[in-house]
Amino acid sequence: MRFTNPKHSLSTLDPSGESPVSLLPTTPEDMWHAHNLIAPSDLLRAHAIRKVVTTGSTGSTTSDRVHTDLTIRVQSVFFDPAASSLHVSGTVCQENQYVSLGQHHTLDLELNRPFQLWKRSGWDSVSLKMLEEAVAEDTGEAMCAVVMQEGLANICLITEFQTVVKQRVEANIPKKRAGGSASQGGMTSFYEKTLATLLRTVDFSQPRPLLLASPGFVAQDFRGYMQSEGQKRTDKKLQRMAKDAVVVHSSTGYVHSLNEVLKSPEVQATMRDKRFTGETALMDQLYDRLRKDDGRAWYGAKPVERAVKEGAVGRGGGVLLINNKFFRSLDIKTRKRFVALVDKVKEDGGEARVLSSDHESGQRLDALGGIAAILTYPIYDLDEDEVEEGGEGEESGAAAEEGAMII
Amino acid sequence: MARHQNIRNLDYEAELEEYGAFSDEEEEELSPEDQVRMREGTAQVLEALGVEAHKVTKAQIEESLWHYYWDVDKTITYLISKYIDPPKKPAKTAPPKTAPKQDGLLGGSGAPPKMSKLQQLAAARKKKAEEKSASGEVEQTQVKMTELTVNDNQASKENRPLAGVFGKRVKISETTAQGRIPLTMAEPTRPEIPQAQAPEATPSQHQEEDPIDPEPAVAPPKAQPSAFASTLFGPSSDSPKRRPREVPDAFGKPSPDDVVLAAQAKVATAGKKSANVHSKKGSSSADGVTNQVSQLKIDDTPLPKSRNLNVLSEFEKQKGKKTASFVVVGHVDAGKSTMMGRLLLDLNVVDQRTVDKLRKEAEKIGKTSFALAWVLDQRHEERSRGVTIDIATNRFETETTSFTILDAPGHRDFIPNMIAGASQADFAILVIDASTGAFESGLKGQTREHSLLIRSMGVSRIIVAVNKLDTVNWSQERFDEITHQVSGFLTATGFQPKNIAFVPVSGLHGDNLVRKFTDPAASWYTGKTLVEELEASEPSARALAKPLRMTISEVMRTPQSSISITGRIDAGSLQMGDALLVQPSGEKAYVKSLQVDDGEPADWAVAGQNVVLHLSNIDPIHVRVGDIVCDPAKPIQCVDTFTLKALAFDILMPMQVDVHRGRLHAAGKIEAIDAILDKVTGKVTKKKPMIVKPGTVSRVRVTLHSKVPLEAGQRVVLRSGGQTVAAGLLE
Repeated sequence: MRFTNPKHSLSTLDPSGESPVSLLPTTPEDMWHAHNLIAPSDLLRAHAIRKVVTTGSTGSTTSDRVHTDLTIRVQSVFFDPAASSLHVSGTVCQENQYVSLGQHHTLDLELNRPFQLWKRSGWDSVSLKMLEEAVAEDTGEAMCAVVMQEGLANICLITEFQTVVKQRVEANIPKKRAGGSASQGGMTSFYEKTLATLLRTVDFSQPRPLLLASPGFVAQDFRGYMQSEGQKRTDKKLQRMAKDAVVVHSSTGYVHSLNEVLKSPEVQATMRDKRFTGETALMDQLYDRLRKDDGRAWYGAKPVERAVKEGAVGRGGGVLLINNKFFRSLDIKTRKRFVALVDKVKEDGGEARVLSSDHESGQRLDALGGIAAILTYPIYDLDEDEVEEGGEGEESGAAAEEGAMII
Repeated sequence: MARHQNIRNLDYEAELEEYGAFSDEEEEELSPEDQVRMREGTAQVLEALGVEAHKVTKAQIEESLWHYYWDVDKTITYLISKYIDPPKKPAKTAPPKTAPKQDGLLGGSGAPPKMSKLQQLAAARKKKAEEKSASGEVEQTQVKMTELTVNDNQASKENRPLAGVFGKRVKISETTAQGRIPLTMAEPTRPEIPQAQAPEATPSQHQEEDPIDPEPAVAPPKAQPSAFASTLFGPSSDSPKRRPREVPDAFGKPSPDDVVLAAQAKVATAGKKSANVHSKKGSSSADGVTNQVSQLKIDDTPLPKSRNLNVLSEFEKQKGKKTASFVVVGHVDAGKSTMMGRLLLDLNVVDQRTVDKLRKEAEKIGKTSFALAWVLDQRHEERSRGVTIDIATNRFETETTSFTILDAPGHRDFIPNMIAGASQADFAILVIDASTGAFESGLKGQTREHSLLIRSMGVSRIIVAVNKLDTVNWSQERFDEITHQVSGFLTATGFQPKNIAFVPVSGLHGDNLVRKFTDPAASWYTGKTLVEELEASEPSARALAKPLRMTISEVMRTPQSSISITGRIDAGSLQMGDALLVQPSGEKAYVKSLQVDDGEPADWAVAGQNVVLHLSNIDPIHVRVGDIVCDPAKPIQCVDTFTLKALAFDILMPMQVDVHRGRLHAAGKIEAIDAILDKVTGKVTKKKPMIVKPGTVSRVRVTLHSKVPLEAGQRVVLRSGGQTVAAGLLE
């Protein structure tokens, strides 16, 4: 993504949001950035195709599809990660010859077509940071990861900001039986299917890192299969792919095993500079602290807000982790509350990380309610209020007869 | 030649007669006096039926009356058995005419259960009839003719009654026909010929009887009588009257031919009905007939027939060996597979030759000690890497019990497979490597995790096989030390001390598995061998009366069916012909045939048995490993959120987890922790905790990424990052 006008930059930006920012998305990833930037109640002007129905003097109707530019007040934003397309719907706030004021329209943002954005609430620190990330130079190729187990493979693309599951391959592997070698054939056809899907869904014309992860020997065998297949087809590219592929251990073939993949030393070594590896490390740190239950890690909006208010998330290891979904599609009041939280942490000298909820680490954070913090010093009983709120006495019986242990 | 002529005349006559009867039956109005009798009869029947009268239509009464020829008593019996209190469902569509007048054959159309055989018989007969009528017929009749002419006089006496027999037979054939008139017209006629000839053995007699002289050159019996006959004869009103009246007296008992014909008719109708339950009694119009024919073709493949057994009572009746399955668990390289291989060898389930062959193969890749394990580890990868990857099933029998072995993998990566095995087991053998250092590392590793898992899967009886004790020279000290530590840890896990047994063994050499020790160093042990210990274990109670549940552990293709599934029936029972529901796809399938435990074909199976089901009427795409097969009447629900009373083995907090239940493996996350519960009373001790500490029981809410079949009372295991974090009971 870049500014349409090369003279513009972050420094020339009007922080009040009164004057528009004109941006040009160039890569599919930019759609994701746009998704984060465009919030409800903002004004958006972009190219639109609208069906216009005109009634002739005789009462006959003709419908035309007209190309026009429309300005809408955003009501909702829908992002399709698999197709990297963004649909923004809202009401028209600047009428023209085809559309009158107040009519609804859904703008489909397109690559290489500029759009203009007015931030009605002004550019706050979080949105500025997002814009900064959006217009920054593309830091590199997306990494491809195949997380697999017997009969299941998830082909994912891990980019700087999101993890996209490109395709899921499932196969029925015959279980072993007396005198049968059917499972061997089953595995081979599963590898064949996975490899075909991988080459079809992910573009390997430019070399890109490939991670193979599985429990047991599946990933290793798959790499072997790729190698032998490359030799069989005398396909140099495939051979190189197989040679460069990194085999990592994961406990299952489901996407959430990517966590294990990303924190494995093999991956850390090659992708140390990537943003998501840092996030994964932070999430692990948080989980470790939660495990220890030492009062230095808290999750959930209320405890974290209280901790931040006390200044516990500050200099010397304080980290606020917050999912970017909190800044998306929320009403301005809530958004301001969380922006204030981020600002407060920064002011105190702590680290505020806005995690992408489209990443594995972000999804782990999502499980914890989307917000968590590592405190500089331990505070206990931050959640006390919540317990009291819960009320008492709804549960009582139903267990007395269960004897020694209830499960 | 004269005889040939004769035959032709006779056959023609027969056909005319037949046709006449046919048309009368269907198209002709009753004569006035018959109508009067019909009215009277109907009134009587209605009176007799009383309250139940509304269940039968007037048409049905009339039809039956006509059939029984105004015999009110028989009609009532028939109506009651047929419509008011039908013994079986398919009887509904049966036209009463199907049943010949004999009481014994009354229920003829009541479709007895052995449909498929009858259908085959019908088809065979049909084919045979066609062949015969095409070629051998003329000759055959000729032969019979010569026989008959001898009994000339005698036969002529029976002249009149025979017409009646004819009429009856025609009725039969007509119902048989439904949908294939041309064929049946020819078919049932043929066997009658000798009989028909009896009264009309000579041409002269025949002509006396029937003044209308058929053309001598008329077509042989195969020809269709329709147009020609109807123009010639038209519907004659007196023939139906005359016919039935003679019947009762002269032919109290059915002639052998009649019996055969009746059976034939029954077969045909029964077969047809089963093939096409929807087909209603056909109208005589040609359109209706063709419609039905096309319907018949559509329902070409019949559903498997249920024998409607009472499976539970069958099961009680059956006196056989008790069946039990056990899972073999333990740390990786504890010697589980080797021990089971040795057990199978010592029990002669596998012969020495096979093992020798395996040993030779193992030597080739320098893994001689793995030869016994290869009896169970049959996969290429398993052999080359020397670890068990998937569950291996095998079976053996002792004098009292037939056992199913589930040899589980010990490696932590294959714990999902181990869970699948443990879910099928009645009890468990925990194999412990007694050699120095190995026991200690095992206790930290899978020895611990496996015993937690089997406990949480509901296995309560555990036999601890202290393996490789020969490497420490059968040291009793070592055995006692291990016994002490393991029993302490197992009781802490929740096993009751009386359900834990310790057996010192050597899996590689086979000491104390089947035979007692030979080594004098082990003379201190006087207890049971492993097999004796197994026999002493009682399989857990089966949930026989519950609705059917079975987790599919494998889907495969067999000669019997393109989709065969295996698994252990968790609850309930099933039998051949049963409809099943496969969840989560929600598709229905039928059990074409089934095999129990050792591959024996069976008619039914009950909970606790390992079965192979051959399915029909389902697409393979709807059947996957881990799916649940259940009773369509009481299906299991597919859920994507559930609450769980979970025992934590590790810290629990809202996080991503894998949910395991048998072969079922789904990804999900702990959405929220509702409360921490008291371990014993189940009371809530803390609401909405941040985290759950290991060893505590809590109520957690889990959401899954996809819908899977789960229901209350099932046990699931939650794993995360390759660790078992919790196990629990669905609420």
